[in-house]
Amino acid sequence: MTPVIATPPGTFAAAWIIARKDLAIEFRTRSAFMSAALLSLLAIVIFFFTWDATAVTPIDIAPGVMWVTFTFSGILGLHRSFGVEAQERAMDALLVAPVPREAIFLGKALANLVFVVGVQLVAIPAVALFYNLPLGDTWLALAGVMLLASVGLVCIGTLFAGITANTRMAELLLPVLALPFFVPIVLPAAQATGQLLAGRSLSDAGSWLRILLAFDLVFLYACTLAFPFTLED
Amino acid sequence: MTALLVAAGLVRLFGARRAVDGVNLTLGAGEALALFGPNGAGKTTLLRLLAGLLKPGAGSATIAGVSLPSDAARARVGLISHRTMLYDALTARENVHFAARLHGIADETAATQRALEALRVADRADVPVRALSRGLQQRVAIARAIVHAPDVILADEPYTGLDEQGSAALTTLLKERRAAGAALVVVTHHLHEGLAVASHAAVMRAGKFARFEPTAGLDSARYAAEYREMVS
Repeated sequence: MTPVIATPPGTFAAAWIIARKDLAIEFRTRSAFMSAALLSLLAIVIFFFTWDATAVTPIDIAPGVMWVTFTFSGILGLHRSFGVEAQERAMDALLVAPVPREAIFLGKALANLVFVVGVQLVAIPAVALFYNLPLGDTWLALAGVMLLASVGLVCIGTLFAGITANTRMAELLLPVLALPFFVPIVLPAAQATGQLLAGRSLSDAGSWLRILLAFDLVFLYACTLAFPFTLED
Repeated sequence: MTALLVAAGLVRLFGARRAVDGVNLTLGAGEALALFGPNGAGKTTLLRLLAGLLKPGAGSATIAGVSLPSDAARARVGLISHRTMLYDALTARENVHFAARLHGIADETAATQRALEALRVADRADVPVRALSRGLQQRVAIARAIVHAPDVILADEPYTGLDEQGSAALTTLLKERRAAGAALVVVTHHLHEGLAVASHAAVMRAGKFARFEPTAGLDSARYAAEYREMVS
């Protein structure tokens, strides 16, 4: 074999390579995305048929429906992200590669972010349709809230998916461990969503957005630093 | 001779059991160790320690003078496992190309093609791994492990699932890598295949080298008989 010239990629370049690989696998199989999208739509339909429109207005119920749906459907994708590494111990090949452990986390989180946003793109129009929400003027601000909240959710979710990947009850453990940590993200996200849907401006929802941004930064930093320790035997 | 792989007093415990118990090993450029031993002797654990996948309880290991598990040390290691470490939804080419990109190879496409050709699997390169036979998957796994022309190759049962052609391709490849100055550790239960590529042979029992010798002048039939007696 010819000798090869190699300069291992930096953290962000490696993260991008890993994210592209994960997205290629998901695009090829679409198994987790279809399941998550279907779960979202089913949840929205079930919530709709249990809703008493005379007691609660659509603006009051829709944010809760959205964020409960996104949280649980997102977990399906988060579990999958390390499931593909466990099948043939592909994780070992990742760990032997000369890339920082943080790059593995960031790559996985980026792919998970695309996954969660993809599910939201299916679910939000469905919520708007069922609850007759006025998305016309607020869609851009709403998209910003969705993206901000998704960053926090995938950081926490990716970390716990990594921790639980090699356990016998990963599917059960992941939501049990991750859901309490989702609360600081889901709460301000639902509040900000409610205010925007009620016709308030982005600045009115500013305090919730600042909380959301703060938790995003804390979770992104803390989870990136903590992830390498979850890989030690 | 440059020491490419050095293990000094490696110990690894699983609970109270000493899976690897004070192993010392030095392999220079072009040297290869065939490592034999019964199941549970600690061969795979030793390989995972040398790959930086496990932390030793005591002792240390270096690759070309660089301590494991640093990125610089891992960049020079190629790991072949009895599991393929492949993504079955991706094609053989995509799997090898992914590894090439993670190693930052300058011409990753050409390196991928060369690795697939070396294992005689280039004609099935664009088939998803899940559609390949176990033997072809193993060839792709080996191509993935050697795409960056590593200085140290750690192979755990690399002949698993390979047919005659695949075994011959692997033996040729390992000999070529040795001739190019790489150091090899080959864990196998197939004595003749192991001895064919190795400069040294060792038998591991209860986490230790029970026997360690150069293969030059070694009578393989006699060695096989002694080995069977040793592990029975």
